[in-house]
Amino acid sequence: MKKGNLLNLNKMKTAKLFTAALFATVLFTSCSSDDDTPEIVNEEEVISTVTVTLTNSEDSDDVVTLQMQDLDGDGPEVPVYTVENLSANTTYTGSIVLLNETVDPAEDVTEEVKEENTDHQFFYTVGTGLDITTEYINYDDDGNPLGTEFTLTTGEAGSGNLTFTLIHQPTKPNTGLSDADGETDAEATFSVTIE
Amino acid sequence: MRIYALFILLLCSMTSISQNCDNTFSGTVKDLHDGSLLVGATVIVAGSEKAVQTDLDGKFLFTNMCDGTYSIQISHPFCATQGFTFKVSGNTEKTFKLEHHLEELNEVIVQGKAFSDKSKTLVENTISKEKLEQFNGATLGDALNSLSGVSSLNAGNAVVKPIVNGLHSSRVILINNGVRMEDQEWGVEHAPNIDVNSVGNLTLIKGAGALQYSGDAVGGVIVAEADKVPVKDTLYGKTIISGASNGRGGSVTSQLTKSYKNGWYGTLQGTWKRFGDFEAPDYVLSNTGTSERNASLNIGFNKFDYGVEAYYSYFKNELGILSASHIGGASDLVSAINSDVPLIINDFTYDITEPRQDITHNLARIKAFKKFDNLGKLSLQYDFQKNNRLEYDIRTGSDKGKASVDLELTTHTLALDLDSHLKNGLKLKTGIKASYQDNFADPNTGVRRLIPDYDKYDLGAYAVLDYPINNDLVVEAGGRFDYTYVDAYKYYKTSFWESRNYDELYPDIVIEEFDNQILTHPQLNFYNPSFTVGSTYSFGKDYQLFFNYSLSSRAPNASELFSEGLHHSASRIEYGDLSFDSEIGHKFILTLQRNNKNFNFSVSPFINTIKDFIVIEPTSIETTVRGSYQVWEYRQTNAQLFGVDIDASYAFTNNFRYNYQFSLVKGYDRSQDEPLISMPPANMKNEIVYQNPEIHNLRLALQSEYVFRQNEYPDNNFEVYIPETESTEVVEISTPPDAYHLLNFNSSIDLNVNDKSRLTLGFGVTNLLNTSYRNYLNSMRYYADDVGRNFLLNIKFNY
Repeated sequence: MKKGNLLNLNKMKTAKLFTAALFATVLFTSCSSDDDTPEIVNEEEVISTVTVTLTNSEDSDDVVTLQMQDLDGDGPEVPVYTVENLSANTTYTGSIVLLNETVDPAEDVTEEVKEENTDHQFFYTVGTGLDITTEYINYDDDGNPLGTEFTLTTGEAGSGNLTFTLIHQPTKPNTGLSDADGETDAEATFSVTIE
Repeated sequence: MRIYALFILLLCSMTSISQNCDNTFSGTVKDLHDGSLLVGATVIVAGSEKAVQTDLDGKFLFTNMCDGTYSIQISHPFCATQGFTFKVSGNTEKTFKLEHHLEELNEVIVQGKAFSDKSKTLVENTISKEKLEQFNGATLGDALNSLSGVSSLNAGNAVVKPIVNGLHSSRVILINNGVRMEDQEWGVEHAPNIDVNSVGNLTLIKGAGALQYSGDAVGGVIVAEADKVPVKDTLYGKTIISGASNGRGGSVTSQLTKSYKNGWYGTLQGTWKRFGDFEAPDYVLSNTGTSERNASLNIGFNKFDYGVEAYYSYFKNELGILSASHIGGASDLVSAINSDVPLIINDFTYDITEPRQDITHNLARIKAFKKFDNLGKLSLQYDFQKNNRLEYDIRTGSDKGKASVDLELTTHTLALDLDSHLKNGLKLKTGIKASYQDNFADPNTGVRRLIPDYDKYDLGAYAVLDYPINNDLVVEAGGRFDYTYVDAYKYYKTSFWESRNYDELYPDIVIEEFDNQILTHPQLNFYNPSFTVGSTYSFGKDYQLFFNYSLSSRAPNASELFSEGLHHSASRIEYGDLSFDSEIGHKFILTLQRNNKNFNFSVSPFINTIKDFIVIEPTSIETTVRGSYQVWEYRQTNAQLFGVDIDASYAFTNNFRYNYQFSLVKGYDRSQDEPLISMPPANMKNEIVYQNPEIHNLRLALQSEYVFRQNEYPDNNFEVYIPETESTEVVEISTPPDAYHLLNFNSSIDLNVNDKSRLTLGFGVTNLLNTSYRNYLNSMRYYADDVGRNFLLNIKFNY
């Protein structure tokens, strides 16, 4: 008698499971999604390109360009550097342009930096082997350095690293990168030669 | 059965009184709710002096009964006394069902039995209601952390994620009122979305053995259940108000239950929690405030053999992420790690600013059950969940104030379960489950999707059988099979797609190519079998030995499959892998337990061998205009984790008790022969408790918690060039912090206001000595110390 019960039970269970499976099928088909493909996201906040243009203050035809370009943003491709040599004992007027070239048309991020000038500052780091001095020539609304424009004066010939760093929300005023804190928005190191 | 009949015959033959009436009347007394046998119930035949008690099998026997109609009364210490009328004609056998609810109502010390066992051969670690209430201002993760073998993975003090025997996230399944939580649990900085105050009973199962819930719990299962409501006319509730000095905030939680004898009941519960910035011993942890609002409603109708219940819960949590943790590339990480204090320390505030998270979780469930005499208890459940996760980053320009991550995860699940009691105590649980999930990542964030849009379909079926071979030995076996189908739409960066050779491996899934991105349509199938077998053996007076083996299979989660890009909050680039298979875990757990009022202990060694374990580890450095980032790639390997959890408790006197806890876990990557990352360091807790029921149930507890230094870790430290100093510096992301020792104090006292109301006052201090420490398992440890001393005060009013 018990055995019969067990068999019955199994039969009933099978029936129940079948019902439930049916339920599930209905659920699945009713919920199956439409074929809409999602919208593409082109990130606007990416900085793909840092271009530093140095113009000889005595000869506007003498332009030196330093560029770091990373067209896939945080993708696996390595950035491409374009570096030109500087002349010794020369004063250059520098300007920095930040572009987002991952979108078409390219977006000028420098505009945003200038709009939020009190929240940003460029820093110039001169490596050993380079005889270079820099000076800020543009300032934020509070009169603290902004640094998208600057002067760069070379001394004797040599070579080394020249780094441009954009810090977001730095402590202002500061004495340099070491006490600026904040978050790095862009960092471009160029291996340059003064000849 | 035959033996029983024989027994009756034997008894009959022994009776020497000879009458006309020589019928026997026998029966069994059972619990109406779960059919469990009621031992020691008194059965009295009205109008006679006949009275017997039920034996260990819930059976009773009257001899020498005449044919006719009788009235009997059955009483049991934990049941409402009930009368029955029945007819005796010949030898009669009958089963009586008692409302076994008073026990549940009295469940101040929550006994596992009020809530059904989740597994027969795995030790269930339960957190009592009293203990849960101590955590009313904290999180579910904090409460779980008090169990041995559980640690937590933190992202600050508000994001607390349980780690069970070394595993976490998708490997630890959380069941909230019978519903599997679907809340993007894959991310390390995503905590479970459950209000600790809505939980009446919290159970942890350190294995995958609870197959009725899932088969992919490689780490373990956490089951949170609401209080059971008695079937009687009553109205009761409680309110807890708590305040904390650290964070200068507190919480209010209230719960009200109304129930009727006719079976209807309802519970309404709500919590409001607000904290400002927390403080380390030496400074403010800026932007670590939280704001939480939760509510739940439970309405049901419970007749003994059928019932229906509807449950809805709303969880909303807004929390700040430590300001100092928001950094750019590797050079920022170097300065953050090298600095003794966080780089951003502001004055205390209640404001929560970017970076912050805003999470909403809606959960609705409707469940109906019916008990069939020959079949068992059949339940049907439908649940719906909607989880919305917003993460705000510090952004500039027109994107300022816009979320960087906006994910909406919607899940529908339908489940049918059958709980049968077959012959000789053999119990069978079977069921099937189907679910549909839809993830939508809002493109309006202007940030490429962290998790792509996808639809996921799951179909699962299980059967678990347990059988008591004799009074001392129970065996259990179960199997489950889950099928998962993922249908995703994912934009890959062309450069990544090609660097992984996906253009040659998966050309068929490409839908469209754009300038620098490719739209693909991955469709993935996973077949996951799981299996468990175990036994429980009781011996001596107080000893029990549990053994369980479980095989679990887990399909890779969305983050492991599809990650591709900068994970800002971790300051690293993460890459998933489309080719992943399910990981398969084999876990053996042995537990020796002594259950004794004066001295009890539990020793629980385990070994978990996981094939195709998915780990993420650093592989290279990538330079971008934003700085250098470490690249972390997911890969599959063979892993092994083993360890032991020890609990012991000794009562010196009636009032003094000593509690001890020790947990150790070791994890290794067997393919690469190196330790696994983020393994909890060994830790030890010692506690002295004084409790005196005569002085208003005064309870004083002093706890010491010692956390060892993790000496085994994979060395992922890397070097980065710092232009400013023209040097190459080591970024010490792997090096674990030192060991630490914390002292905590806790006390409470009960005051009876009147017959029905009780007031409990609690006072506690955590990190009594205001120790500065950093926790290896807290991702904020690079930037700041952990939380300092905290005075807690809470007032509980039961009415």
